[in-house]
Amino acid sequence: MPDANKGDLIQIHKIVLEPENRPDNLPPSTAAVPYECWIKGFLMNENANMGDKVKIKTFIGREISGALWEVSPKYDHDFGEAQKEILSVGYEAFQQLENKHKANRE
Amino acid sequence: MGASYSEVMSKKQEILLKATGIDYDEFELSPISFDYERLMNSCDYSLQEVQKILLETGVGQTQLVELKNLTELVRSIAPSGKGGRIFLKDEAANPSGSFKDRRAALSIYQAKKSGYKGVVAASSGNYGAAVASQAAKRGLKSIILQEVYDNRKMGQPEILEKTRACEAYGAEVWQLTVGPELFYIMLRVLEETRFFSASLYVPTSILGIETLGYELANQVLEMEGRFPDVVLITHAGGGNVTGTARGLIKAGSTQTDVVGVSVDLRGLHMASDSDFNRKSFTTGHSGFGIPFLTWPDRTDVPRNCARGLRYLDRYVLVSQGEVFYTTELLAKLEGMERGPAGNTSLAGALAVARELDRDQILVVQETEYTAAGKMPSSQLTFAKENGIKVTRGNPRENTPGKSIVIPERVDQLTVEDFNMEKIRLSYIENSIRAAADYSLTDQDERFLAEDSKSSLDQVHEVIQSSNH
Repeated sequence: MPDANKGDLIQIHKIVLEPENRPDNLPPSTAAVPYECWIKGFLMNENANMGDKVKIKTFIGREISGALWEVSPKYDHDFGEAQKEILSVGYEAFQQLENKHKANRE
Repeated sequence: MGASYSEVMSKKQEILLKATGIDYDEFELSPISFDYERLMNSCDYSLQEVQKILLETGVGQTQLVELKNLTELVRSIAPSGKGGRIFLKDEAANPSGSFKDRRAALSIYQAKKSGYKGVVAASSGNYGAAVASQAAKRGLKSIILQEVYDNRKMGQPEILEKTRACEAYGAEVWQLTVGPELFYIMLRVLEETRFFSASLYVPTSILGIETLGYELANQVLEMEGRFPDVVLITHAGGGNVTGTARGLIKAGSTQTDVVGVSVDLRGLHMASDSDFNRKSFTTGHSGFGIPFLTWPDRTDVPRNCARGLRYLDRYVLVSQGEVFYTTELLAKLEGMERGPAGNTSLAGALAVARELDRDQILVVQETEYTAAGKMPSSQLTFAKENGIKVTRGNPRENTPGKSIVIPERVDQLTVEDFNMEKIRLSYIENSIRAAADYSLTDQDERFLAEDSKSSLDQVHEVIQSSNH
């Protein structure tokens, strides 16, 4: 079974510039690595496997080619974990206002 | 793949002329100066016309909300008689969730009118979503170019959310790794598609933001019978400061102090792959704020219409921890859960309000939507994963890229005043240096004075010292 079939939503990967073709004056950690890009769209080839050179039709109907990187890419950013350093901030402030109101009444 | 970096960059002017419809050469006066006001007025819209165009797509006319509980909280720790009233302009109510809709709306209207089939914007932030949303409303295609990943393909959560938002509005999104080559990609895409360049820095972008300053001045006037004393503006590339301040002036609110606020990220290099994911804020920070003040013409157009130095009375820095703390306070005490951009200037306001008299009015001029990736819990989780130490304590002990300190009490919120004189001098020096071997005329001196909000004497001093 191929990894993706025609019409599947996929993400392609492209190396835009190899390190040696990047402009001068980049910080060392940036200059050492290629300039890369990922774009989503619908697979135009009959089918393809990871890494194959494929063509996609993007959400605005443009055709772009690149290497198949992911099939049905999902958004996986999230709400994070509960953070103890901020959990009590609201209640502390609430109490401060309450104490102030109490002092005003007395 | 494709054309080489230098090949594409050499065609910059030709590509941009087609993609913006603006011949910037027309406004150049010398190697130093250009006619800023003539450039700003070149598209010939009155502020009222701009307001009308924005309203066609549901942009603007947002609520101004008095934050009574936060004002009370500030007063509980302020000296007697102190603690100004804090108001918040709820810009999250715009169609794509931020003031950036104002910044995109007029440009996209103009693109449609000029017959472009689509628009391109380079933005990892709310502006990309605003362009995609406005393009959808006007029936245009949109391509958004974002700097998202470091070389491990680890994405900043806030930017990943922005990819999602842009795609939700139907955009083709290019997710790129760290590097200034974003501009190179933009030129290539513009050349290939013949789309309109929805630059953040063209006149229509700033004219759209003028409506924000104009609206808030009139809202305060209507509610309180006078103009605000202080307006606090989250500052990055300078557009928000410039447009808002120009709008205030157009409303007649000329005595209002304009204060820029940025998150302090000094020490982190903005083009560095290894620093990229060591920050918890992707805009509204000093990494954009300072360089754009000292050299505004570093953008995707030959002359940047966002010139914050012309309008700023004061520029202050707050720490990342203070903004997270403020985000919590706004949600828990005012019932408004909002994103980091507006909460940056709100953090500044909580400190500045303490210095003001009780009858004085401060306006924080934006909020933005929040979502997965943008919330303090997302960002702090990500920070810890990237080796950043998170603690509670004195926020002054925070070190960008190493530690985030969440304040323990509201009286620990402070602002660090950035030396405006130093910024103004630095801008003038940079301008002179960029035009080496050129002798400045009186006109250039007047331009530099206006462009940096300095006196002619100050300009003379810099010129003299740079001659030695």
